[in-house]
Amino acid sequence: MKYFARKCGFYLVALWGALTVNFFIPRLLPGNPAQIMLGKMEMTSTPPPGEYKILEHLMGVGQGSIVSHYWAYLVQVSHLDFGFSFSQGETVTHVIYQALPWTLALVGTATVLSFIIGTTLGALAGWTRNRWLEALVPVTTFLTAMPYFFVALILVYYFGFIMHWLPLSGDSDPLLLPAWNWTFFSSALQHAILPAATLILVQLGGWMMSMRNMTLTTLSEDYVWAAEAKGIKSRRVMIGYAARNAILPSVTNFAISIGMVVGGSILMELVFSYQGIGYYLIQAVENDDYSLVQGIFFFISVAVLLANFIVDVMYGFIDPRTRQTQ
Amino acid sequence: MSLPLSPAAASPDGDASSRASLRGWRVLRRSPRMFVGLCIVFFFVLVALYRTFFIHNGNALSHQVLKGPSAHDWLGTTQLGQNVLLQLIASAGPTLLVGFAAGLLATILAVVIGIGGAFLGGRSDDLLNLVTNVVLVIPAVPLIIVVSGFLKSGGIGPIIVIIAFTSWAGVSRVLRGITLTMRNRDFISASKLSGERTWRIIIVELLPNTVAFVISGFIFTVIFAILTQAGLAFLGLGDVNALTWGNMLYWAEVDGALEVHAWWWFLPPGLCIALLGTGLALINFGLDEVLNPRLRSQRAFRPKTSVFDDTPVAEVP
Repeated sequence: MKYFARKCGFYLVALWGALTVNFFIPRLLPGNPAQIMLGKMEMTSTPPPGEYKILEHLMGVGQGSIVSHYWAYLVQVSHLDFGFSFSQGETVTHVIYQALPWTLALVGTATVLSFIIGTTLGALAGWTRNRWLEALVPVTTFLTAMPYFFVALILVYYFGFIMHWLPLSGDSDPLLLPAWNWTFFSSALQHAILPAATLILVQLGGWMMSMRNMTLTTLSEDYVWAAEAKGIKSRRVMIGYAARNAILPSVTNFAISIGMVVGGSILMELVFSYQGIGYYLIQAVENDDYSLVQGIFFFISVAVLLANFIVDVMYGFIDPRTRQTQ
Repeated sequence: MSLPLSPAAASPDGDASSRASLRGWRVLRRSPRMFVGLCIVFFFVLVALYRTFFIHNGNALSHQVLKGPSAHDWLGTTQLGQNVLLQLIASAGPTLLVGFAAGLLATILAVVIGIGGAFLGGRSDDLLNLVTNVVLVIPAVPLIIVVSGFLKSGGIGPIIVIIAFTSWAGVSRVLRGITLTMRNRDFISASKLSGERTWRIIIVELLPNTVAFVISGFIFTVIFAILTQAGLAFLGLGDVNALTWGNMLYWAEVDGALEVHAWWWFLPPGLCIALLGTGLALINFGLDEVLNPRLRSQRAFRPKTSVFDDTPVAEVP
């Protein structure tokens, strides 16, 4: 319980850090960003009443000291109200609520899949020292060194432009409305294959290498030798003794990698025009839609912190040693 | 992209001899991976230097538009008639510069915060450790995209600084861990007792023993910086007219290289990034092998006749 409380405390501090960074970023902008935004909004439509006040709070401009700006910003964010996005013609929160599930489902599934595949291959490579699996290491290293968006470009080019197998862009058939039925689901699945393949291919090498190395290190521990000497079946030693301990650092890395993958998926979404959170972030940055940028960065931070928190708590269950007070 | 610093490298065994065994060719002979990695990186450094002296304008236009690879233009031309090979060579320098400069800056931050904090201990360590862990969990790439999008500044200087300030935390955490295990070793206590100054102990006694981990962290950050810069350039953030591999990919995408099947235009820059990244990663694997002998490839390791055929043979000193 104490472990849990300490983790909660840490992630609250981290959240506060992310919020503070998000507060200071608009200060890089010259002039009064709130006024600029309002000007842009008026060009396309009439901004909702009270919009200027919201923008002032978010951008930290207007009358008063920096402390009062900061307070107004925190209050504004705590209402989860980031105002109106002129580039999308909807409220920022609406844009995010609509885009976030796509990214979460895609990134989450792909990351878990590549973790499972990579870790299994790595454990096998370490355990058997199989020549073919060892030969995979340079290949996966090469894939890992590629930018996500480049892998995405190659996949689009090969499967879309040459083979014409899979849809090139979007998250589902534009003629279909989101619904819980098979037509929509299969269309969404088809559109997700290439983006997911991108994320899996790039991540695989990291998981494989780290699991292989940890397996090799664990194999020469005394308890593995002892288990072998007792005549326990090879398979059981591998899974129950070696792999079980070797996987611990990978779990820690899993938490950190979530942030990395979210970053990589932003550009990947651009290549596939996959309308997830990254796609809208890029749209917002390109159009100088500051409140949308701020809102998306806030939600990405919260999602990544939450994922980290869950992994950390799980880690406490997997490895009881971490729960002991240090 | 998520090449973690191998946790195995952080295991304390083998570090006593790491300083000695890092010297000279012995390392290279022991680790073919590191040798290959060094060759790749060295090759790209040569290419970058070549550019500095011999190529004045990598972007020169011509009337040969969208030609495929031929004996004359080995890698073909772009939509504006630019020579892809020439662009590729001219881009090596700036790309390497961003990578190494950001890596260096981040490593300095990591050394100061990670080693300094852990050695001093107490409140300052608690605080620095908290800051490190917070920076570690705040998603870096979205932050970098947002900041450079807001700055709208050309030039690679700001990009180097932004990347460095968001990527030091992972390395810092590893170095802190190493320092904590080393802080109470006999040779450190001895120099403390003999009245040496703290900064001298850190620089003369501690730092040389962590050098392999510092290098490994540096290389890791260089990879991250090169990938991130490529991503930013691909988004069109920063100076779109600069020549980097990321910018080449940006123009290839914008000018529709995929639609006209001009594979010779967008494949080479990405493959160069991947090859350079592979070279750097191989150096890191080599370092891991030096620090942790158990990881070395099986050939050097397994006794010629093994009784247990399916049992892994572990340690032969």
